[in-house]
Amino acid sequence: MTILEVEKLTKTFGGLTANKEISLQAEANKITAVIGPNGAGKTTFFNMITGVYKPTSGSIKLRGESIGGLKPHAVAKKGISRTFQNIRLFGPITVLENVLVGMHTHLKAGIFGTIFHLPGVDKEERIAEREAYRLLEYVGLEEHYNDEAASLSYGSQRRLEIARALATKPSVLLLDEPAAGMNPKETADLTGLIEKIKQEMDMTIILIEHDMKLVMEISDYIYVLDHGELIAEGLPAQVRHDKKVIEAYLGKGAAEEQEAEG
Amino acid sequence: MKKILDQIRGNKWLQLGLLVGYIALTSLSLILAQRSVAAFLLLLLSFLLLYYTKLPNWSKWAIGLAIMFFILPFSAMQGPAYQEYMDVATLVGIYVSMALGLNIVVGMAGLLDLGFVAFFAVGAYTYGIFATAQANNFMPFGTYPLSGNSFWIFIILGCFVAALFGVLLGIPVLRVKGDYLAIVTLGFGEIIRIVFNNMDQPVNITNGALGLSSIAPPKIFGIELLYSNQIYFVVLFILLFIIFAVRSLEHSKLGRSWKAVRENEIAAQAMGIPLVKTKLMAFAIGASFSGMMGVVFAAKQAFIDPTSFTLLQSINILVMVLLGGMGSVPGVILGAAVVTILNAQVLNELTMWFNSLSTAGIITLPDAMSPVKMQRFFFGALLILFALYRSKGLIPAKNVVYDKRKFLSEKGTKKRLQSVAAPKEDEHDHTGS
Ligand SMILES: Nc1ncnc2c1ncn2[C@@H]1O[C@H](COP(=O)(O)OP(=O)(O)O)[C@@H](O)[C@H]1O
Ligand SMILES: [Mg+2]
Repeated sequence: MTILEVEKLTKTFGGLTANKEISLQAEANKITAVIGPNGAGKTTFFNMITGVYKPTSGSIKLRGESIGGLKPHAVAKKGISRTFQNIRLFGPITVLENVLVGMHTHLKAGIFGTIFHLPGVDKEERIAEREAYRLLEYVGLEEHYNDEAASLSYGSQRRLEIARALATKPSVLLLDEPAAGMNPKETADLTGLIEKIKQEMDMTIILIEHDMKLVMEISDYIYVLDHGELIAEGLPAQVRHDKKVIEAYLGKGAAEEQEAEG
Repeated sequence: MKKILDQIRGNKWLQLGLLVGYIALTSLSLILAQRSVAAFLLLLLSFLLLYYTKLPNWSKWAIGLAIMFFILPFSAMQGPAYQEYMDVATLVGIYVSMALGLNIVVGMAGLLDLGFVAFFAVGAYTYGIFATAQANNFMPFGTYPLSGNSFWIFIILGCFVAALFGVLLGIPVLRVKGDYLAIVTLGFGEIIRIVFNNMDQPVNITNGALGLSSIAPPKIFGIELLYSNQIYFVVLFILLFIIFAVRSLEHSKLGRSWKAVRENEIAAQAMGIPLVKTKLMAFAIGASFSGMMGVVFAAKQAFIDPTSFTLLQSINILVMVLLGGMGSVPGVILGAAVVTILNAQVLNELTMWFNSLSTAGIITLPDAMSPVKMQRFFFGALLILFALYRSKGLIPAKNVVYDKRKFLSEKGTKKRLQSVAAPKEDEHDHTGS
């Protein structure tokens, strides 16, 4: 069943067409990968889905409901959450508080309830803290719950971004290069974590990633972008041998070479 | 020496004993030497010592309240400088409240506001206009001045009117960011002042540059609160409420969303935080503290005019926040107290001392370096020193430390937060589609 359906999404920046009529369907409880060389337009694509950029044209539908052009916070409320390629944590506050921020839309406390500690508000906080802590356990950061987010290692910061995104209780999770900057061991752990989220949380995941081993291992379906255009799509086994894809990644010469070999 | 210090650091009973001794000593010296500003300041210093003791929180509050409500007024009461001391203490309370308000805007939400005094002015004029005959000029009903009994309602009114102005300022201003925001708020502050300065025609609402005089003093149970020692308690109650409110907000859903917006707007929005609403809340709540104290200020001074609400005042409040430590509640309280006391007492004392030295012929000062002129110079020099050596403020902001035993064990937390996000798919077992 299709949860997220994107049709002919286009984004231009002045003269530059960063995304040209990209269509994509994300199936429920599957991992859909979006790959392509640097500058292909992958992050721009995520930014349009999450409302950071307004699409120049095209439509985005979540369960049939149009969400194109909504404000980012409204998109989050609809159940789409994300991580960022260039890590965007709330650096000086604690790891636990970062996850608590993710619970924002699920907390009911109003201004007067907060100031006067009305019954329910403090309790709601305790419950939220506990759930935030459980999420930290889930991604393996519970030991650091009182540390400053900025003090974490690079790999841990990426995991914290995932925990924070999960705190919004999304139905679709967008991961923008979650393995960037990780060593092979960290990448392997991350691969396991993403699989686990998909299975245990019934999550629909869209993944941007450069690490081909990771992508081929866990993706159910792959879309390939180059220069803002969709050049291929298919199952991992199909995409791996697609001539256009090899060309985009390795250049024309390499593609011909491989063809000669295979 | 180091050994003794270590011992003090470790033993809270010893700390308590020393603190009580210190408070007793300083209050006694204030009782005996009434004219001694030093004794007064040393007594105030006990709040800082109290903050740094390792006593449990409730006992810190108990001791602090005892000093504020009994020890300080009682020790100061014994001599001729009583009202003077209480006046300074009242001013400290007013400025601490305003600085705590600005701290929400600048420190927590990260929005640089250079026109903050405007909200103080709004509060002051809200009471000033109706507690003088001024309102007769334009109000179609009622007779004015309202009696001092209305003061108590006006504290709440001032709070809401200022919050409303905070939102009104926010709506156009939040389109701009960073440096531009500072400039636009600066303009707003000046506009408010100029509007008050010129709203004496065609209909005389504010009485223009002449200001409003004979503002009714607060009245309770038939008693008019005319003196600083009385107003002091009014300010104290409001201040305690504000501190309580700020403390509650700081680590709440709203407080966290302010910090999130301050640190990264895009990530904050991606977490479902509405940018404009969150910023407007910061403006409104910050402004409301100022508005309440504006009402008190008008009642206390019995006279207000636009010159009380200049850009310099806004900068002064900002300095309190920066000096104390952006985003740090104890820091901002200390910063506001230090700046207010410096301006109201220490620098004046210093000036008087230099004056007496030069009239006694002990030192001769050229005219350009007359003590009155030196006052601002000292203040500036102090600020530069602080900026260089304590750039994060006197008491830098600290993160709340959670105790996992508390939230993991608490009864009734088995419940999960309701998910308001889209419902779970129940067809996920289907193979493909
Ligand atoms: N806000 C923007 N303004 C102008 N150009 C942009 C903006 N965001 C992205 N681009 C451009 O769009 C193209 C695609 O960028 P991006 O989506 O970040 O690629 P990828 O994530 O695939 O590496 C790049 O040429 C980039 O410079
Ligand atoms: Mg990218």
